[in-house]
Amino acid sequence: MLPMVSFEDVSLSYHSPDGETRAVSHLSFSVSEGEFVTIVGPSGCGKSSILSMLAGLFKPSFGKISVNGNIGYMLQKDHLLEWRTIRRNAQLGLELQGKLNAENIAFVDDMLNQYGLGEFKNRFPSELSGGMRQRVALIRTLAVRPDILLLDEPFSALDYQTRLSVSDEIGTIIRKEKKTAILVSHDISEAISLSDRVFVLSGRPAKLKKIHDIILSVDDRTPIKAREAPEFRDYFNTIWKELDVHVA
Amino acid sequence: MWRERIPPDVSLRQAAYLQKRKLRKYTILTIQILLLFLFFVLWEIAAQKRWIDPFLCSSPSEIWATATEMIKNGMLWTHIGTTLAETAIGFLLGTLIGTLTAILLWWNRFVCDVAEPYLVVLNALPKTALAPIIIVWLGNGKTSIIVVALLTSVVVTIMTVLNGFLQVDEEKIKLVRIFGGTKFQVLQKIVFPANIPIIVNALKINVGLSFVGVIVGEFLVAQSGLGFLIIYGSQTFKLSWVLMSVVILAILAALLYQAISILEKQILKKRV
Repeated sequence: MLPMVSFEDVSLSYHSPDGETRAVSHLSFSVSEGEFVTIVGPSGCGKSSILSMLAGLFKPSFGKISVNGNIGYMLQKDHLLEWRTIRRNAQLGLELQGKLNAENIAFVDDMLNQYGLGEFKNRFPSELSGGMRQRVALIRTLAVRPDILLLDEPFSALDYQTRLSVSDEIGTIIRKEKKTAILVSHDISEAISLSDRVFVLSGRPAKLKKIHDIILSVDDRTPIKAREAPEFRDYFNTIWKELDVHVA
Repeated sequence: MWRERIPPDVSLRQAAYLQKRKLRKYTILTIQILLLFLFFVLWEIAAQKRWIDPFLCSSPSEIWATATEMIKNGMLWTHIGTTLAETAIGFLLGTLIGTLTAILLWWNRFVCDVAEPYLVVLNALPKTALAPIIIVWLGNGKTSIIVVALLTSVVVTIMTVLNGFLQVDEEKIKLVRIFGGTKFQVLQKIVFPANIPIIVNALKINVGLSFVGVIVGEFLVAQSGLGFLIIYGSQTFKLSWVLMSVVILAILAALLYQAISILEKQILKKRV
């Protein structure tokens, strides 16, 4: 079976008046269908650049990226448009792609109902909590029926409590919809609890340091349950050491 | 026990507070009206008692007589109509052309960077200084007046609207690009709707600017309108004409500003 995403020896440099910055260096990996992969790395190491390249926002300086399917991208903040209702916000992606037909509108409404936003359909974003807003953002992404989901620290703008429940919710939704997902995060426990595999990157320029297969002995693996697995702590400590975080 | 007593007590205090606020509001309004009334009464008495020269300062009764006479022969409506029409066309065109130019400059950042110093200088330049040239080029008529009115508002509109466009969150633009949206869609779905409050606000400021342009234009063209009445009145020493026009201008400016404020509320209510 063809991998959904593959990177072959990909490097990326940024150009600015102050000079050239190497963001990503000789990166190779692949992600297969239905897999949930998290990329962790020290902050500012070029994790987001990897997703931007995947989404086709810019090309790598060297190497080859192949993507086998449609991409949906969830940003750090929900970026709901304050002048649109929740429903019209969720339809934004469809609207931009010219796919706003009766079938897709019904699909969006279904998801809104299913994920507890039905009664807020005609409200405005300012009336919703952070967690609800992030769910609307996920529905907006899922509405265009992507095969691959890119998640750029989508929970980092939330407070800790909300963050746990939203990452649990969204992780469960993504597994239920059987999407391939690539999450970028600097939160190690979030990475372990959500993923099948965790990629550890080095500091800038980002190089692949280690790949961990996350195998947890819990039945019915939801992100919250995963945190209770006995292996959780071991994975955490190993990845923590690899990340080599120095607190000055 | 004491808990039971709090609610009526608080609501009583709340009522007293509301009462006090209301009283303050009405007191201010009453004083405002009284001041205006007092001003006109004093003016009238001063003119009657010859404390001031009524030939130079006119008087409210004389202004009123002039106004009723001009209303009777229909002259006043023609002049008010002319000034209002020119002002309206001026600020609507100024806002429209200003916004369109801002869109153009947002679209092409290179042209925008090239245009920047010119915009800054044009913005600082008193646009009414161009009025004589416009009249030489476009003739002694309404077109020239409207163009002068438009010039006073267009540059500042370009600057404020463009600034609003450029301040739209980059991440929101990324959101459109992620879904494969085009640059036109960025404008249509994000940049333009995000800036509607700024455009409406520009409209509000342009009313005042357009009035300045129209009055200066009418001074120079001197055919009709309140600006013409002012300049003609002052040249023939009919000070009641001049002062009547100024009073009418004040009323018109207030009415137009109110109208735009109501429009603004309507538009913003639909958004939030």
